[in-house]
Amino acid sequence: MGQIVSYIESYLHTKDLTPGAAGNMFWVLVYILLIFTGLAIAVMLMTWLERKVLAHMQVRLGPMRVGPHGLLQPIADSLKLLLKEDIMPAEADTFVFWLAPFVVVLAAFTVFVVVPFGPTHAITDMNIGILFMLGVSSLSVLGVVMAGWASNSHYPLIGALRSSAQMVSYEVAMGLAVVSAILMTSLNATGTGTLSMIGIVQAQQAQGEWFIFKFFPLGLIAFFIFGVAMVAETNRAPFDLAEAESELTAGFHTEYSGFRWSLFFLSEYTAMIAVSSIAVTLWLGGWLRPFPNLLHNSTWDLIFSLFPGATLLFLAAMCFFNAARMPKHPLFRIQTIGLAVFGVVLGLIGLVLFIPAVSVRVQDIFWFSAKVAGFMYLYIWYRGTFPRYRFDQLMQMGWKILLPLGLGVLILTASVALLQPMIWHP
Amino acid sequence: MAPVATPFFFYLLSGIMLIGGILVITRKNPVHSALALIVTLLAQASIYLMLYAPFVAGVQIILYAGGIMVLFLFVIMLVSIDRSVRERQFNSQWVAGIIAATALGGLFIAVYTKGRDIFPEHALPVVENDNTQKIATMLYGQYMFAFEIASLLLLVAIIGAVVMAKKRI
Repeated sequence: MGQIVSYIESYLHTKDLTPGAAGNMFWVLVYILLIFTGLAIAVMLMTWLERKVLAHMQVRLGPMRVGPHGLLQPIADSLKLLLKEDIMPAEADTFVFWLAPFVVVLAAFTVFVVVPFGPTHAITDMNIGILFMLGVSSLSVLGVVMAGWASNSHYPLIGALRSSAQMVSYEVAMGLAVVSAILMTSLNATGTGTLSMIGIVQAQQAQGEWFIFKFFPLGLIAFFIFGVAMVAETNRAPFDLAEAESELTAGFHTEYSGFRWSLFFLSEYTAMIAVSSIAVTLWLGGWLRPFPNLLHNSTWDLIFSLFPGATLLFLAAMCFFNAARMPKHPLFRIQTIGLAVFGVVLGLIGLVLFIPAVSVRVQDIFWFSAKVAGFMYLYIWYRGTFPRYRFDQLMQMGWKILLPLGLGVLILTASVALLQPMIWHP
Repeated sequence: MAPVATPFFFYLLSGIMLIGGILVITRKNPVHSALALIVTLLAQASIYLMLYAPFVAGVQIILYAGGIMVLFLFVIMLVSIDRSVRERQFNSQWVAGIIAATALGGLFIAVYTKGRDIFPEHALPVVENDNTQKIATMLYGQYMFAFEIASLLLLVAIIGAVVMAKKRI
């Protein structure tokens, strides 16, 4: 017993090591469970937020019935999905049909092995971090093709073919944008770059600059290319041709229902979070707080460390405000009390985050999640505002605009990085 | 971190690879063969990881499992699967096959019995942490010429494909 406790404790004494690097299986498991539950909750909240924000953009109310402001809607939805009949088409290829959702979910969740939520808050740090993320997330297209083919039906097959063509063509532009960011990591004293996700953020810390602002506007253009390609890569609006409702009913998952369908849904949102965390890590400084180079004295450190707690306190205040605004009818009493209790819980978590020892460990996770959440909002915003592209327009954009742009940025970044020391420091 | 249960993972991954490889050639449905091939290639990538070659493993996943397999599935979907399932499978090159298999088997047996003399006694130092950087300096330094030749070959292949696909350019 004492041996086990000391094994668990031994990780707490290590400094600047991820659990994977320290080789401590217990903490690896803890991190895996934490990330998995965190992602599941994030996906549930994301479905609620998406319906709500889209509704407000279209001057509707959105979900309002289940819980205060529809907050419990995701739970109702998932219950409904679990209770639904699970249908398998008679002419389907049984094994491949059964396997496809698992492939997609595995590909979407496995990439989080290397996502750095903080200098030590990652399951492990690989020497090939970004390569691993791109490779494994590209496996999800396999699941899509499998689902489309195994359904033995026309709409899913067309949807799957469209989706794979789209993913394969945008992966090229995406890769070029990523390479130009990786080139920037090599601009240090030793001249060696890195592919490790933690190493990329540490390079930005060492250079005192997020890569989006590096060699302005080259970093910004690379970020833009990645930003477009990542929406196409996740099959989201305006690039959601694979599931264009007006043409293909629901695309590659037309024949899926119940739990299997919800697995596709889960993996779509998880993949969105995964590509957003690649973008955050490569260009937006990962876990680094804003203005790491300009405002870096202890006063600013203190002010920025108050942000996580303040955000939760603000959310708690919003809960109380809305609980006070709830209709006074007796039928709404339980909802009002529930919202107030939720506010109290949020407020207590917020107060805990003000303790310096906690906030030092947690603020990395907060900044990383806040940046990813920004991307999640952008996804909803795109869906609310952009009309869907036609297939030829999509291909034209990928091959004729993004690819040449990516090549140009790559060559210019390399040239500037080579010329910079000669011009500025002769 | 120190490796854990190395023999177990080696035998597990090799088993997956062998079963996948056998399924590739025995399945009548070409899509099932392609899926079995992906399993084989992924298991191979894991074995590269066990050999402390993370970069090769990553490239293996991206190039084979990701890119080529998607194109492979594209081609397979344009083949009539109903007909290929009903067709009798035949092999008109069995003589060449047997010769190749015997030669490979002989090589395996020779390596297995005389392996001690061929391979170095001690394991090479592990270069896991700067594996990618080491490969980069070798590829763009020592083996620059071979690398350029390979990329030229790929360019020729692309142009050849375009010329063959489009008769009138």
